[in-house]
Amino acid sequence: MNTILDIKNLHKNYGALNILKDVNVQIEEGDFLVLVGPSGCGKSTLLNCIAGLEEITSGSISIGERDMTSVSPKDRDIAMVFQSYALYPTMSVANNITFGMKVRGIDKATREAKLEQVAKQLQIEALLSRRPGQLSGGQRQRVAMGRALVRDPKLFLFDEPLSNLDAKLRVEMRTEIKKLHKELGASMVYVTHDQIEAMTLATKIVVMKGGVVQQIGTPSEIYTTPANLFVADFMGSPAMNLIPSKVKTNGKGCELVIDRGTEQPLVLHDTSAKNLPDEVIIGIRPEDIGDATLRKSKGLETSDCLVDVVEPAGADTYVLLSLGGKEVTARVPGDTKAASGERMTFTFNMSKLSYFDPQTGLRLN
Amino acid sequence: MDKTYNSSMKTAQTVILRIGLYVILSVFALYFLMPLFVMVTTSLKHLDEIRSGSLIALPRDITFDAWQIAWSQACTGIKCEGLSPYFWNSVSLAIPAVLLSTFIGALNGYVIAQWRFKGADIIFALMLFGCFIPFQVVLLPMAKLLGIMGLAGSIQGLIFVHVVYGIGFTTLFFRNYYVSISQELTKAAKIDGAGFFRIFWSIFLPLSLPIIVVTVIWQFTQIWNDFLFGVSFSQAGTQPVTVALNNIVNSTTGVKAYNVDMAAAIIAALPTLLVYILAGKYFIRGLTAGSVKG
Repeated sequence: MNTILDIKNLHKNYGALNILKDVNVQIEEGDFLVLVGPSGCGKSTLLNCIAGLEEITSGSISIGERDMTSVSPKDRDIAMVFQSYALYPTMSVANNITFGMKVRGIDKATREAKLEQVAKQLQIEALLSRRPGQLSGGQRQRVAMGRALVRDPKLFLFDEPLSNLDAKLRVEMRTEIKKLHKELGASMVYVTHDQIEAMTLATKIVVMKGGVVQQIGTPSEIYTTPANLFVADFMGSPAMNLIPSKVKTNGKGCELVIDRGTEQPLVLHDTSAKNLPDEVIIGIRPEDIGDATLRKSKGLETSDCLVDVVEPAGADTYVLLSLGGKEVTARVPGDTKAASGERMTFTFNMSKLSYFDPQTGLRLN
Repeated sequence: MDKTYNSSMKTAQTVILRIGLYVILSVFALYFLMPLFVMVTTSLKHLDEIRSGSLIALPRDITFDAWQIAWSQACTGIKCEGLSPYFWNSVSLAIPAVLLSTFIGALNGYVIAQWRFKGADIIFALMLFGCFIPFQVVLLPMAKLLGIMGLAGSIQGLIFVHVVYGIGFTTLFFRNYYVSISQELTKAAKIDGAGFFRIFWSIFLPLSLPIIVVTVIWQFTQIWNDFLFGVSFSQAGTQPVTVALNNIVNSTTGVKAYNVDMAAAIIAALPTLLVYILAGKYFIRGLTAGSVKG
C-alpha cells in the first residue's frame, strides 16, 4: 500500500494562538479519513493546511510521498468540495465542472469527454446548461462533487459537504459518497462535526479537540475503546454513559461500587479488570445495559434499579436511570414493560466496560 | 355588526391615510420639480418674453435659439464658442477617470475582501479616511504634485486627480460587495488552478455588474459635477463644462441672457441625468445588494 497523505508534527499558529498542536496523521491509498470534532477544534484548518490554502507554522505534509509544504494548492493534485459548494455563480454547470481543466489548458475534446463521463456518473446530464442559482441544494452538491471528480486527483478533500442539506437528503448523499468512494477506490479526507457521518463513512477517524488529536482509529476502535473521556462522550448517539465509581480490588478482580443516593450502592464485579485506581469513571454504551432479555453470556452482571424516564424510539426504548449522580441511558427492546418510577432488572455487559481516570480523563484498560 | 363596522372603519382610515400620503408626496415632488420646470421653460423663451412675463408662465412661442447659443456661441470670457468644447473636455476627462477609478476600486476591493493579508484592515481604514478628506485640503499639495509630474493644467492631470480622489469610494463599494461573497469561492478557484487575476476576471468581475453600475454612476456624477478641481487644475482650453458654465453665467456683459444661462445649465446637467435614467434601477439594487442574503 502506498502512503497517500503523511502529516508529521504539524503545528499551526495564528499569531500567539495555537490552532493545531503536533498533528500526526497518515493514510494509505483508498482510505477514507474523517476528521471529526466540535466546532473550533481545528479540523477545517487542518484540511485547509492539507489543501495548501493555509500555511503551516512547522512540521510537514506530503501527498503521494511528495513534500507539499511549500507547494501551491493547484499543484498538490487534490480536489476539494466545500461546505457552501462554492460553485461559480455566473458559469453554467458545465463550465463550473470544466473550469479547472480550462485553466490548466487541457484541450476542448478531452474536457468534453471528461465532462460527459462525470455528468453521467453523477446523473446531472440534464443540468449542464443551468446556472448554480437554478439548482436545488442536492443538485449543487452533485455539481460540486463533479468539479472534484473531473480532476481525478490523488486526494479528495471534503469540508463539511453535507451540513447545508436537509436531514433526508443528507442521509442519501452520505450513502452516495460512500458508494462513490467504493467505486473510485479514491483516497479521501472528510471533515465533519457529525459523529454519525464520521462513523458511517470512515475507514479511519481522527477525533480532534482544541487543535489536539485525541484519538486515531477505525470507527469500531473509536467506538468500543475510546482513548479518553472526550472521545467517549463525543462519539456515539446517545452518548456513552460515564459513571463515577469507587473500586475495591480483591483476589477475583475488581468490585465497582456505584453510588445511588439514598438507595444501597450498586455493586458490579469485573473479574478481568486489573490495576484500577480507587476511583474511576466507568464508560458503558447504552446498548451494553439491557433488560433481563439481554442475551446471556459471560461477564454479565444484573441488578435492580429504579427507572426514571422511559423514552420509546420505535425499535428500541431508551430507559433513563440515575447512577453515581449521573443520568444513565439503557437501550432495551421496544416492547419493554419498563415504566417510570418502578424497579426493573438491568443487565450490565462487563466485557464492554471502559475505565477512565477521573483526573486525567485517560483510558485505563 | 360590530365587527363589520370596525373593519369598514379601518378601510376608510387606510384610504384617508393613503390619500394624505399621496398629497404630501405630490407636494414634495412639485416642489423639487419647480426649478427644473422654470429652467426648461425659461430656456425655451425669447429674452423679451422673460423680461415681460411671469417666471412660471409657459413660453408663448417656443424657440431653441438659447440652446443653440449656449452650445456654440455663448462667451466664456474672451472666447465665444459656447459650451461645446468644454463639454467634450468633460467627456474626455470623465470617461477615462470613471473607468480607471472603477477598475482600480474593483481590484482593491477584491484584494482586501478576498485575499486577506497582514495590514489589510489598516489599509482599508486609511482608504476610508481618504473619502472624508475635504477637497480643499488636497488642492495645494496636488497642484505641486501635478507640477512635478508635468501634468499641470492638462486633462490627464485632472483625470489623475479624480482617479486618486475616487479610489477611496470605489474601493469601499467593491470591498463591501466582495466581502459578502464566500471566501470558499476563491479557495475553490485556487484549487482549480486559477491565479490572482484569473479568479478576478473569470469569477469576480462577472459577478459585479450591480456594484459596477453603482460605482460608475457615483463616480460619473462626482467627476462630471466637480467644479473645484476643474477650476483649480485646468487652464484655458482644458476646462471642464462646469467651469465653462460658470464663466458663461458670470462673465456676460450687457443684458443678462437668462434663457442662454438656463439652457447651458441644462446641457451641463444632462449627462448625469442620462446616466441615472439609464442605469438607475441597478443603482438602487446595487446599493442594497449584499445587505440581504440570498
